Amino acid sequence: MSALQPPVVRVQAAPFDPGTELNAFAQGDFGIGAVAAFVGLVRDLNLDHDVVALHLEHYPGMTERALEDIAAQAAQRWSLARCLVIHRYGDLLPADPIVMVLCASAHRGDAFAACEFVMDFLKTQAPFWKRETTPEGPRWVDARASDDMAAARWQAGRAHE
Amino acid sequence: MLTLLFFARLRELAGTARLEIDDLPLPLPLTELTTQLRARNPVLAEVLTVGRPLRAALNQQMVAHDSVQVMVHDGDELAFFPPVTGG
Repeated sequence: MSALQPPVVRVQAAPFDPGTELNAFAQGDFGIGAVAAFVGLVRDLNLDHDVVALHLEHYPGMTERALEDIAAQAAQRWSLARCLVIHRYGDLLPADPIVMVLCASAHRGDAFAACEFVMDFLKTQAPFWKRETTPEGPRWVDARASDDMAAARWQAGRAHE
Repeated sequence: MLTLLFFARLRELAGTARLEIDDLPLPLPLTELTTQLRARNPVLAEVLTVGRPLRAALNQQMVAHDSVQVMVHDGDELAFFPPVTGG
């Protein structure tokens, strides 16, 4: 059984390399048998294939607190050895990694579930706002009802437990 | 004094990211405070239009903006913003 390290949250303007993060993540703990990874990429389409750039606004201070709170909830709910959340803000381009969630556990079940839980709550609780640059000008991205439902099912159905 | 913060589309509508208000009779329930802010000037009335998808955070914790149980105190930081779209 691996001892839980405190979850790590990084909110940054600088790009990150998912491969480098993944390779370093589980090092030094031979009790980790499973790492679940989620990487979110900037798409060139939302309403249309016309997104040339993305600006991400956030609420400095609250963003870090919200992500730390979500990661702590995941660590309480599942048996995790490590949890890392990286989220970018500022100016991004299509194909750029925007978010990465890594969860490590002894076995895959906890790692998979915790990773999905963190992403579902990040989508509805972390104070980020996307503004797309298109040939017609800037456009704020609207929230999706499906994201609210994805987060709600963890309360209602206690999914994946 | 109460610090109001606006983000994203609401920041653009407000024309500012931050407002400091020192003449409100705090503490107030958040719903009552929002009503008083709407009555203050047309810009805040527009930003906080009833029916607009709105989220609020009090001292950097998400709260239900229509809750009568959330109390806003002197020295608090209150943020209004649209539903979040990160990830």
